[in-house]
Amino acid sequence: MSDVVLEARHLVKHFPITKGVVVRSRVGAVRAVDGVSLNLRRGETLGIVGESGCGKSTLAKLLVGLERPNSGSITVHGQEMTRLKGAALRRARRNIQMVLQDPYTSLNPRMTVGDIIGEPYEIHRDVVPRQGRRHVVQELLEVVGLNPDHINRYPHQFSGGQRQRIGIARALALRPEIIVCDEPVSALDVSIQAQVINLLGRLQRDFQLSYVFIAHDLSVVRHISDRIAVMYLGKVVETGNDVAIYDQPTHPYTQALLSAVPVPDPRLRGRRAHLVLDGDVPSPADPPSGCRFRTRCWMAQEVCAQHEPLLEIRQRSPHPSACHFAQMRAVLR
Amino acid sequence: MTDIKAEVDALPGLDPRAPLLQVADLHVEFRTRDGVAKAVNGVNFWLHPGETLAILGESGCGKSVTAQAIMGILDTPPGHVTRGQVLYRGVDLLRLPEKKRRRVRANRIAMIFQDALSALNPVYPIGFQLGELFRKHRGMSRHDAKRRSIELLDQVRIPAARDRINDYPHQFSGGMRQRVMIAMALALDPEVLIADEPTTALDVTVQAQIMSLLAELQRQRNMGLVLITHDMGVVADVADRISVMYAGRVVEEAPVYDIYARPAHPYTRALLESIPRLDRKGRQLNAISGLPPALTELPPGCSFGPRCGYARDVCRREAPPAYQIAPHRVASCHFIREVLGV
Repeated sequence: MSDVVLEARHLVKHFPITKGVVVRSRVGAVRAVDGVSLNLRRGETLGIVGESGCGKSTLAKLLVGLERPNSGSITVHGQEMTRLKGAALRRARRNIQMVLQDPYTSLNPRMTVGDIIGEPYEIHRDVVPRQGRRHVVQELLEVVGLNPDHINRYPHQFSGGQRQRIGIARALALRPEIIVCDEPVSALDVSIQAQVINLLGRLQRDFQLSYVFIAHDLSVVRHISDRIAVMYLGKVVETGNDVAIYDQPTHPYTQALLSAVPVPDPRLRGRRAHLVLDGDVPSPADPPSGCRFRTRCWMAQEVCAQHEPLLEIRQRSPHPSACHFAQMRAVLR
Repeated sequence: MTDIKAEVDALPGLDPRAPLLQVADLHVEFRTRDGVAKAVNGVNFWLHPGETLAILGESGCGKSVTAQAIMGILDTPPGHVTRGQVLYRGVDLLRLPEKKRRRVRANRIAMIFQDALSALNPVYPIGFQLGELFRKHRGMSRHDAKRRSIELLDQVRIPAARDRINDYPHQFSGGMRQRVMIAMALALDPEVLIADEPTTALDVTVQAQIMSLLAELQRQRNMGLVLITHDMGVVADVADRISVMYAGRVVEEAPVYDIYARPAHPYTRALLESIPRLDRKGRQLNAISGLPPALTELPPGCSFGPRCGYARDVCRREAPPAYQIAPHRVASCHFIREVLGV
């Protein structure tokens, strides 16, 4: 297991809900991430899918150290990240960088592109000497397919796809091994989305990068991921390689999610299984007892309310699935 | 209270046999300080009762502006319709005085938007906003309007509609808000519904709920639906015909099966090749290089030319006309035969 670069164990992040202004009292907690374990190998892409509010963005922030978990551990090459402080934390963070969703708000409009991409070198001063920085930034621009002569331009002079390339260049600046991409293409048009996906693929091969790729678009995740984890209400409900998740899903939530995704082929109209879920996702502040999906699940029985199903390999599920009644069901064909 | 139904039926030139909705040679431009942006440059389409026409395109292609021009809710200034017709049963809505146009709107043609939270008024309960339609357009009493509103919310499957009628928009989830907006659009039994990216802001499982609700309501009412979207998956699921837009023009129009099986325009083809597919794992995606042109400086000739693999000299000189390649199939490209491979 020496090639595991990132490992998370039983990660928990609860955001307190408080009441009162003068005397604050805690009245509850949003259980955004509630016991998530995963590992990431070198050169691999781990896709994380789930609907809004399932905790995938909080998970991303935990992994890069923008939020501290309430409990659980994150190790990079065996080094525990959650207890690091100060200079040691800063040094460790070099190795794990992030690309954000919205290329319009994640770039400072008053900084030039060169300053944005070069900013990591201001914080990590020993990486590149000051006089070499401009040159390195121009190289980075070229690597992500932008014109190096545009180094003095401002973000508003670029299109959405180009801005996302700037965000990627910034994430690459410190030569990390791991990049956490939080919905990197969902704000982009399809024709531009394909350009950025291809770029991420090329960079992965060129620099041996490992990606945690978070998205709600299941087609994009399948395209880019080696393994996939499906999240629902702060927990991973099913995990496996792309064939396991997409062609042989065993968790009813994964099945419903897949059947809800429209496939761009009119010939499949009416021939696909449609498992339309009722209602909305319950509030993460007050998740259902036992299995969290049971309130929307068509297979739910009494045991589901009493015992929480663990994410494990089961008799009828060759890959880990958190359902008492896990069973393969092909929904795409 | 005058009878609004009769008022619309008495519009001069109204012909029940004419197409339900027809847009002909529509041009819209935005006159801004930075120049004139030509957002819509000659859009044509028609719609029959019970039919779903999808208008497919990426941001800035003019699909939403087309819808706004049809509805008469274009921001003027800076937006101006400079040419063309929007015909409802043969009556040109663009030539109608605003007062009469208002009668057509909501009663015959209604619209739903992407973002229900900003389309609904945040300071009134949804029951009030729904009831207002019945009171103003149908002259109902408050009591009757409330009763009708509850019926309508039941129809769009809002659970416990009677108890939620006094709730404000922010108290509903995204999917429920979209249902409220659909209820509002359908309140006065329109014949045409224009849906501008109705599910783009929603999660896939909620999207599936909303799309199946829309399809069901459309069937029940034999309503014509114009679905504006960028999602090629949604289109494949529900559309009868598709108009693909690029830089303010319809570059291809065809029945849904034809367009996915054999696209005739290079842009349509490139779009289909650039999307990752859920049901198969691809390797490299065929991305379309470059960017759409700025609407203030459209290139001469074909707008897609600079990004097109088929482009030759003629494409830079002349804008391709719309060629009829089959019954109900139109495409604007100099090299349709090559694209189709015939």
